[in-house]
Formats: sequence, C-alpha cells, structure tokens
Amino acid sequence: MTTDPSAADRAGAPGAFDVVVVGAGVVGAAIARDLAGHRLSVALVEARDDVGDGTSKANTAILHTGFDAKPGTLESRLVRRGYELLSGYAAETGIPVERVGALLVAWTDEELDALPGLRDKAAENGCTRCEIVSADEVYRQVPDLGPGALGGLTVPDESIICTWTTTLALATDARARGARVLLGHRVTGVTEGPDATVLHTTRGDVAGRWIVNAAGLGADVLDRMLGYDRFTVTPRRGELFVYDKLARPLVDRIVLPVPSSRGKGVLVSPTIYGNVMLGPTAEDLDDRTATGTSEDGFAFLLDKGRKLMPKLLEEEVTATYAGLRAAIDRGDYLIEADADRRYLLVGGIRSTGLTAGMAIAEHVHGLLAGAGLALEPRADLPAPPRMPNIGEAFTRPYQDADLIARDPEYGRVVCFCERVTAGEIRDALASPLPPAGLDGLRRRTRAMNGRCQGFFCGAEVAARLAAGAPPCASAGRPAAETKEDAR
Amino acid sequence: MTATSVLRPDVVVVGGGPAGLTAAAALAGRADVLVLDRERATGGIPRHSDHTGYGLRDLRRVMTGPAYARRLTDRALRAGAALHTEATVTGWTGERTLAVTSPRGRYEVEAKAVVLATGARERPRPARLVPGDRPAGVYTTGQLQNLVHLHHGSPGTRAVVVGGELVSWSAVVTLREAGCATVLLTTEHPSPESYAAFNAAGRTVLGVPVATRTRVVRVVGKGRVSGVEVEDTATGRRRTVDCDCVVFTGDWIPDHELARSAGLAMDAGTRGPLVDTALRTSRPGVFAAGNLLHPVDTADIAALDGRFVADRVLDHLAGGGAADPRGVPLVADAPLRWVAPGLLRPGDPAPPRGRLLLWTDELVRVPRVVLTQDGRELSHRTLPWPASPGRVFRVPWSVVRRVRPGGGPVHVGLA
Repeated sequence: MTTDPSAADRAGAPGAFDVVVVGAGVVGAAIARDLAGHRLSVALVEARDDVGDGTSKANTAILHTGFDAKPGTLESRLVRRGYELLSGYAAETGIPVERVGALLVAWTDEELDALPGLRDKAAENGCTRCEIVSADEVYRQVPDLGPGALGGLTVPDESIICTWTTTLALATDARARGARVLLGHRVTGVTEGPDATVLHTTRGDVAGRWIVNAAGLGADVLDRMLGYDRFTVTPRRGELFVYDKLARPLVDRIVLPVPSSRGKGVLVSPTIYGNVMLGPTAEDLDDRTATGTSEDGFAFLLDKGRKLMPKLLEEEVTATYAGLRAAIDRGDYLIEADADRRYLLVGGIRSTGLTAGMAIAEHVHGLLAGAGLALEPRADLPAPPRMPNIGEAFTRPYQDADLIARDPEYGRVVCFCERVTAGEIRDALASPLPPAGLDGLRRRTRAMNGRCQGFFCGAEVAARLAAGAPPCASAGRPAAETKEDAR
Repeated sequence: MTATSVLRPDVVVVGGGPAGLTAAAALAGRADVLVLDRERATGGIPRHSDHTGYGLRDLRRVMTGPAYARRLTDRALRAGAALHTEATVTGWTGERTLAVTSPRGRYEVEAKAVVLATGARERPRPARLVPGDRPAGVYTTGQLQNLVHLHHGSPGTRAVVVGGELVSWSAVVTLREAGCATVLLTTEHPSPESYAAFNAAGRTVLGVPVATRTRVVRVVGKGRVSGVEVEDTATGRRRTVDCDCVVFTGDWIPDHELARSAGLAMDAGTRGPLVDTALRTSRPGVFAAGNLLHPVDTADIAALDGRFVADRVLDHLAGGGAADPRGVPLVADAPLRWVAPGLLRPGDPAPPRGRLLLWTDELVRVPRVVLTQDGRELSHRTLPWPASPGRVFRVPWSVVRRVRPGGGPVHVGLA
C-alpha cells in the first residue's frame, strides 16, 4: 500500500499513513512509539537497513542528568524530563542502566574556578546533589587518575545506558503498537498534496498526512526538499577508544573534563558492557558518511589518555569507532511544527538526544496536538517489550543456571570474550526487528564485540547469521516483514 | 536457583590445546584429571591450521594441525583424562574453584591443582590502532583459518597480509587454498621475521610480494574492504593497495583473563602470569603452561610445557613442591622484550626442555647473551643462532649460573 506510484496524485487517499516519521534513530523511534499509542496509522521510515544504525549507535551512551545544560533552553528541559522518562522505561523494558555517577575533574586554576558556577548551574537544572570536592577526594574516588588534578565536582545521578537496546526497545515497541517499520527506505524526493505528502524513497513511495522529520544527519536535506532553508547540519566526528574489560577496575564512574567553549572534551567512562571508553574527539566535517577513524584522532586520544589515566593505556584497545553528531548552527534543539503543511521538524539533536528522546516525543506529541492532529489514546496497547539484557552488571544468560537447565542453548557460549550464547543469537535472529547483518547482531547481542574481535568466534557467528532464524522460532513472527513492506 | 553441581577432580586443566592435552595425558592414571575447553572440539589452534609441521619435538613425527589435534585428544582420552568441550570457564569462585557454563548446565570445578593452558591470540586490528573505515573483510589468521577450514567460507579474492612471522605464511597458505591471492605481505621490520627458509619459499613458491619497513596506516572501504594504505617507514611515502580483505597476523597476546581475574602476579613482558621454572604461578596449586606463558612458540613446545608441568603438579598433589620464597625476578633488557619463565627460585628444576624462551624486537645475527645481577656479570654465552623478531629466541638454561638467592633481579641482555 505504500508503494503505489499514483499515490502522489491521490494524496490523501487511503494509502496514506496518518503520520510518517523519517529516521529510526532513538528520537524517531521514540516519536513513532508515542504516536502509535493513539488511534493513528504510523510509519517509521529509515534509510538504513536497521534501526539505530546512524548517529544513535555511536555516542557516549550516557544517561545525562542535564546538569550542565544551559538553563532555560528546550534542550535543558527535555534532557531533564527525558532522564525521568527513559529511567522508568528502562526499568520496564530491561534496558540496562547503571547509576555510576560522574566526577568532573579540574586540571587548571581556570577550571577549578569554574566549578562553583557549574555547581550553581546544576542546581538551577534541578541537580541539587552535586558537590565540589578537593583534589584528595578526587584521587580517593578515582585512584588511577593521572597526576595534576586540582579538584572536582560530583554529579551523583549521571548514569550509563545501553544506547543500542534503547533504540531497539523503542522501535520494537512502536512496531508492536502497529507502526510500520520501513527499513532501507532512503527518501530521495518529496511531493506535497492537498491532504498528504508523498515521500519518494529508494523502495517506493510512502505517503503521510503528517511528516515528522527526525532524520538526524540528513534532517536539513529533507527540510530543504520540503522548501525550507533554516539550518545546516555540520557533522561533528567523535572518535572513541573502547578498552578491554580488564581495565574496568580502573574506572568505576564517569570522569568528565570541565566543559569549555571547545565542547565537552574527552571523558573516561565505564561502559554498560563492562569496558572503559576514552573519547570523544570533536572535529567538524563536511562529509556525512565519514564514520572512519583517523590517525590524528587516535594521536589526540592517546595524548589525552596518557594525561587522564596513564594506566589505562597499558590495557588493550578492544574497539575503535567514530560517530557523527548532527551538530547545527545554534545552541538549542530546533523543533518546529508547520500546521498548514502538516510537517514537523526535529533538528539539532546532539548527543543529549539519547537521554532526551522520549521527552522529545512527548514534546512533539504536544506540538502535533496543538497543530490539529487528533491524538486519541488507545486502550488496547500491548505491554512494552522485555529486552534481552546485554549489560554486564545484570544477570546474563550464561550465568543463569535455571535458564540453561530449561534451554541448553543459553549454556552454549559462542562468543567467548563477551560470553554470548547460541540462545541469544537465535533469539535476536527471530526477534520482531532482526539484525540486517553482523553489525546489527553485534548491537543486539554483543557477539564479536570482545577483545579477540572474531579470532575465535568470527566464523561461527557469521555462519549462524547466514543460517538465519530457525523456522520454528520465526513462525508467526514475520521476520522479513520489513522487506515485504517494501514491495 | 538450581543448586550448582560441583565436580572435584584432583587436577583441572583449563584449555584443551597442545599444552593442556599433553599435561592431561601425562597426569591421567596418576591423578584424576578434567580438561575444560570452550570450543566444540579439543585440540586448540592446530585444529584449523590445515598444513603440516606439527608434532616434531613432542611426537617425533610430522603431521597436519588437525591430525595433531586429534592425536593429542585421543592420547589424553586413552590415558583416562575427562574432557569437557563447550565448557567455558567464566570465573573463580575459590582459590582453585572455577565456575563453568556449558549446554549441560552451569557447574563448578573444585580441584587440588589448576593448570592454566589458555593459549594466546593475535592482536586484532583495533588493538593495533589502525584507523580508517570499519568494513567487512578484516581478519586475524585465527578467524581466517576458522572461516576457511572449519566453515568452508570464502575470505575474498585479493588479500593484504600484515606481518612477516611464521603465522603470516600460514595465513598466505590458507588464503591460497581458499582461492584468494596475497597481493602483498607487509612487515615493519627490515626483513620478514620468520625463518629464512620460509621467506625464500614464500617469495618463490607462493609468489608473494613482500614489503619490508612498511606499516599499514589505514583500512579503506565502505561495507567491504577496498584497499589498505601503507607507508614506507624509511621514506614516509604512502600508497594504497587494492584488496578486498586484510589479514592481521601474529602480534600475539596471551589469553590471560582467568589469570588476571584470579589476581595472579603477572609478567609485564609476556603479559601472561608470572611463573617460576617449575611453572608455578603466584597462587599455590595454580600452574600455567603453553603459549599463555610465551606468546607464541610452536605447538610442540607448548605441548612439552604440558608434559613438564605434569610432574610439578604431581609433586604438589603429594604435598611437596612448595615454592622457595627467595625467588628473584628474571628480566629482559632491550632489544629483548620478554623472557619466560620470569622467576628464579633456589632448588627449582630447569625450565621445560632446559631452555629460557625470549623475544627480541631487533634482529641480532650473532647474539651474545649476558646475565647480570646487582651490576655483576653472572655469565655470558655467544649463540650460533640468531635472535630474530617474530619468533621465540631459545637460550640454554646453563647460562643461568651464580644467581644469588634473595638478591636483586637478574637481567638478561644481548651484548
């Protein structure tokens, strides 16, 4: 129904969705999930072959309190609200979260002098438990920090979260609520009609009465297709090192630099998978596909790491990656509805978007209602999905004797470094939004994300991926639905 | 929770590769032995090294890797050792008690002695900090051989092999069997690190172009590898080599997670557990053997470690074999990177095969090995074989003389 070439002529005909959300990152997935909770037909259109495969997959995975946001901005409000919403949703769905807390460390007198201001700003943002601490206390809290710290500011509620599971949970939930998830649909053009707008995509047309643009790095391009000229996305590359799990005892909380005009700087943080992360760099680029890492980036990170935590550099690097932040030329989120054209833009969502996503959805909901979209809640909503736990701090299948006794596949460890079992890989392949490839499987299970990077299990994991879901497991769960949709 | 079952063998061996299987075969009959291996079959890395050259020093005959793996497995079983496969040790729950996950359930193994024989792996691309894209088609030799020999998959058609160690040629052979041409083999050293005979054979028989003093600076390709950028380290000149796969070989690191999570003293050089010449770790009753201790020597050398450690384990089970506390560290000086074993104790036996194993970062054609302690030369010996990067440099134990118990570290260097 979505690919009828005459849809443009018949704009407003039954083929159109009530709302089409473009971009299945964390923000688009959250919006689609919220809207699908109402008596509306919703489509979530994504250029890539998987949800959460753009900017959302490669961020610092911190659930922010918003302590350092600029008070009074939309971003500060939505980050605070999003923190609450996502914390609750994570508990409901099993998205792993660890409230490890953060410590901002001042290395210069100037940074030390900035701490009281940051504490006051945090209080204005509702974070009243932040405390300024001495250098001695800094080293008591993080003994392996490099020499030269002058003092710090604690941020007790700053947390780490699994960014992959977050987007996947929201998209799975949206789909369970009836939203159509259309993967591999890259928008190439737009035709506006009297009652609906038709998006021309690489897999056919998709028409919607309302269009929500949550296209992240591509949001300005889509915005211009619709005739606007109001902002430009400048991809800002952030490169990161992920250190071996054996480094984890060095870092039990997020260690942040004091923010400066040059951005938030390089942090050291535990990851939800039990590793340690160092990064990110910040480099403005023109190329929106430049997700490669660079020699300069590596040299910068090694230099920073040597000062921040010399012992960390003695450990092995398990992964290096780069993400592109969808930075725009203004200091706040850009969320605007155009009631006449039934179009809403969600632009300028930076790394805080992971935390703010569900609050952005709530805000978008309000704007759409204000613009005349009838939002009548459904009484028959399915329960939110229970997501497989891939967090290190919580029981995983290989540790669960009862589970293994019931289903031996959870005792068959396939990826040794990350202890991913055959049962988990099977489940991911049979899930409502199955992985489109190895990277998708990595994000759902952690398979091959460990220190050997496939030396032992790479061929086995690839074979299981190629074999796909067992027929019995996928019965009644049309794993290929997204492909069907494309026809 | 289901009550966890506990097995109580005399000895548990972690890792069913050449070292672990040989230790088990030597112990079985004299003690109750259980080998835990996380793979579907025991045998370790030789299982997927489908070329000849295995078994020379331990079995006194030469065979392929898979045949060697089967033979060591059969021997351990015939001797009476119990082998558990698909049994992943996930941690320690006591001094000599291990937690295990397998399809047969979750269980514990509490033993009187533990032998860690977990081997080594090649450093993958991220650990070598090679920047660029993250396409498919980037392998280690281990992954490549798994793919080709156990899963009969296809790695690509044009490969760049990074590294000039013995294992690098093994990768070239595997690639050729899989119908993939090696378009370039790169090494950062002035000459490939493996035996000259291999290099000559590699160049002439296999027809592989070798770029020395060359490092890989970038991987290129969206979705799939399309090339690698290499730099001539002498001139700084860079060029991109077209290929659809790249194999990072050698650059071994011990699989030391269990040793570290036990809190064992570690050897900063080898990055394996620190052991004395009786292969004792810092925890009584916990021993280590094989390439976990010397990353990496050949499989037969690892196997002979296993045979050696069996007697030390039996001493321990009999209530003897306590470590003399007056041990002194043995430390490698540059260009030597490490020496194993790393601890000398009075009264201990000579190490396996009566050899110290060392690793050098530079080629020294006529090495003069010098041992010193507290500024005093203990001994020196000029050896008729070279110290060559990329393979173990073996030194006769007889150079270790006149060590003062309780003195400072003994340094081993090349003059």
